[in-house]
Amino acid sequence: MRNIKQKLLLVFLAIFAGFYAVGVVYAQEGQPGYPTDDDVNRVAKKLYCPVCPNTPLDVCETKACEDWRAQIRDQLSEGWTEQQVVDYFVAQYGERVLAEPQRKGFTSLVWFLPLTAVLIGVGIVYEILKNWRKQQTIPVAAPPLPEVPREMLEKIEREIRELD
Amino acid sequence: MLTDIGLITLVIAFLLTLYATFASAYGGWYKHQKLVESARNASLLTFPFLTVAVLVIVYSLYTLDFSLAYVYDVSSQAMSPFLRITALWGGQEGSVLFWAWLMSGFVAAVLLRKWDRDRELMPYFTATAMLTTAFFVGVVLFITNPFERLWHVPGASELTQSLFQPANAMPYYPEDGGGLNPLLRHFGMIGHPPTTYLGFTGFVIPFAFAIAALITGQSRGDEWIRTTRRWTLIAWIFLSIGLILGGRWAYDVLGWGGFWGWDPVENAMLMPWLTGTAFLHSVMMTEKRGMMKKWNMVLIILTYSLSLFGTFITRTGVISSVHAFAKSALGPAFFAFIGLTFLGSVSILYKRWDTLESDHSLESFISRESAFVLQNMLFLAITFVVFWGTIFPLISELVTGTKITVGPPYFQKASGPLFFVLVLLMGVAPLFAWRKQAARTLGKAIWIPFLVSLGLASIWGYAHRMHPASILGLWLVTLTLSLIFAEFWKGVQARRSSRGEDPLIALFHLIGRNHRRYGGYIIHIGVVLIALGFIGDGNFKLETQGTVSEGESLMIGNYQLQFEGLRGYAGSDGREVVEAVTTLSQNGEAIRTLNPRRDYFIVQQQPVTVPGVYSTSGKDVYVLLVGWDESGQSATFKIYVNSLINWVWIGGLMMIVGTIIAAWSSPAQCETTYVLKPATLTSHPLPQEG
Repeated sequence: MRNIKQKLLLVFLAIFAGFYAVGVVYAQEGQPGYPTDDDVNRVAKKLYCPVCPNTPLDVCETKACEDWRAQIRDQLSEGWTEQQVVDYFVAQYGERVLAEPQRKGFTSLVWFLPLTAVLIGVGIVYEILKNWRKQQTIPVAAPPLPEVPREMLEKIEREIRELD
Repeated sequence: MLTDIGLITLVIAFLLTLYATFASAYGGWYKHQKLVESARNASLLTFPFLTVAVLVIVYSLYTLDFSLAYVYDVSSQAMSPFLRITALWGGQEGSVLFWAWLMSGFVAAVLLRKWDRDRELMPYFTATAMLTTAFFVGVVLFITNPFERLWHVPGASELTQSLFQPANAMPYYPEDGGGLNPLLRHFGMIGHPPTTYLGFTGFVIPFAFAIAALITGQSRGDEWIRTTRRWTLIAWIFLSIGLILGGRWAYDVLGWGGFWGWDPVENAMLMPWLTGTAFLHSVMMTEKRGMMKKWNMVLIILTYSLSLFGTFITRTGVISSVHAFAKSALGPAFFAFIGLTFLGSVSILYKRWDTLESDHSLESFISRESAFVLQNMLFLAITFVVFWGTIFPLISELVTGTKITVGPPYFQKASGPLFFVLVLLMGVAPLFAWRKQAARTLGKAIWIPFLVSLGLASIWGYAHRMHPASILGLWLVTLTLSLIFAEFWKGVQARRSSRGEDPLIALFHLIGRNHRRYGGYIIHIGVVLIALGFIGDGNFKLETQGTVSEGESLMIGNYQLQFEGLRGYAGSDGREVVEAVTTLSQNGEAIRTLNPRRDYFIVQQQPVTVPGVYSTSGKDVYVLLVGWDESGQSATFKIYVNSLINWVWIGGLMMIVGTIIAAWSSPAQCETTYVLKPATLTSHPLPQEG
């Protein structure tokens, strides 16, 4: 019974992995006709509108953005690569046009810090769990005795001795 | 005259909130029962006074009293009566007043309850909640007052806006107002602000109780958690509904084919939801096991501060530019208040830190307890990722002077893996037993759902030959769903065999016997369905754009969109409409006429793109009219095929249903729900103040 289970599991895992491979190949297909609206939008998607707050260039409806998209089309038809177009926009309008922040200079902090925080978080979780466990191994301490003044203690002890 | 009444009630309400705050704090500290009672009455009275102020504004919006600057800004003759009323939250002044009004309503509702049960907590609860209310009423009164009038000073080129008549000025009555921002004229935007504000203000209630528990030293017990459980659920579900309505609005109105764009305003709302959700879970640990008391406090303080921060960001626009901060006194006021309340609550927490030790210790790393800790940590990590990404442009501008954008790629990459683990945990954690889980029995419980999910994901992946990431996502979703369904199945089977009930009856009784548990599962199903929507949005989305002449078609996937022609007409609410007539076919068969259009609002000079959508449970075909040539012979369309997007809305509905079930009271649950009664709870008296 156990053997069949394990085999079944292996078969499923193998099929699952197979689709992965298919997916990877599928994702690398090219596209015909150049540059179409879709090619322009693919580049524009990586950029943010230099004038409107928080609007990706491919969906921005202002006239200025229409012109920028036309410019991207011209550049692509002149044979620029997508990266060259993106670099041009960064040089022209600054880092703010990039949808995905860069991984260099001060900006790399945006990526670096969350990663550090997650690692620290994992450490904290481990510490918390370890501490909770440690508490268990220590026998539960008896509730502390009420504070009794020294004189009172001595008096009681004296009285006990006197009783003997 | 009427506006004077509104202004006067606002002033009285402000004085009442101040009195209530100080009288209850003073009365509580010096055990002055009379003063506390009086503060309570003042708090209760704040609500009707603010109600009058709100009604005056609503009436002015409805009757178009354009002498008020606020009415002039957001209302207009072309707007329907219903829209005029919703304009209450269509602008800054009205929104902040609305916020304050909801807040005072929440406080009044809490104070009208039986007061005896939490007699000790009440003075500090009142003080904390009323301080928050006082801040908002103060902001309305002094910084962004909706009762300000328009005046014309002879010789001046611009109108003056002030409460009282400036020297030599004449009152000015405009013919018509600017009207509500056209983008806000949608059911999502009508429902989104009230629900969001109910969520934000609702979380002030558990926060105020938490602070009261810390101050009185009752934070060790879980009484305050019992008192606030339902309030927290109400706040949480309203915030969730607000998020979903906001997403729906973005999808229908903003015309970019998606529902979540990681915009600072969206993030500002997501953050308190994340910490609030973590809080909802960590209080369970306290209720059941007497653990995670410190977490509760940290989480509720964060949720409160982030709720204020959310209001701050949406209302000041500080994230899009540093300069927006200095434009009005609103920014600095919010900044100061958030800072003071945060520091104040953290220092109270610091003082009481040692009283918040756990009643139990961890017995095993594989246990419900450790799953809860991990879950809380994940929520906090995601919150940090979102927070950091949201404020980083600001930091960058301040430090280096360079403006940068942190767009969706950052948020997807940084939070995606964390969400993945969270959803996985959501399926697996309910199987973990309290205290200790034997790996063997866990394996037994997971075995079948795991195979089912692997099988389903493989079939799905084969059928669509999608990217690896999407297959992984689908596997995760099916695994979590089948694990949750297995829980229902096991419960129903147990009832069937022990009592011989019908499956449906058994399911009904199962949920009825344990609202919280099964309500929670239903909420989890809703969350998984929303995750499915995100997976579809991130992986299966198709998009294309093209210009076609009349009679020509655009192809996308197995869909074909044929352009039939353009037509123009005058629409309602003062807009001119240009509408395209198109026919959508699938595999060569016509299925639907779609009319994507562009509405141009004349007064505001603002275009709004309204998509034509063909919607099924599997996918939406979403068509935008991007442009057209002057002759009207050809037009440019953008078409998105949005797979699985409707599961976001369905998941949202499931979350609401689950929350209602979880919040439903049942007599059995009023008793203590401790899994193991901690011996220490009674034997260690609380350290007294002093």
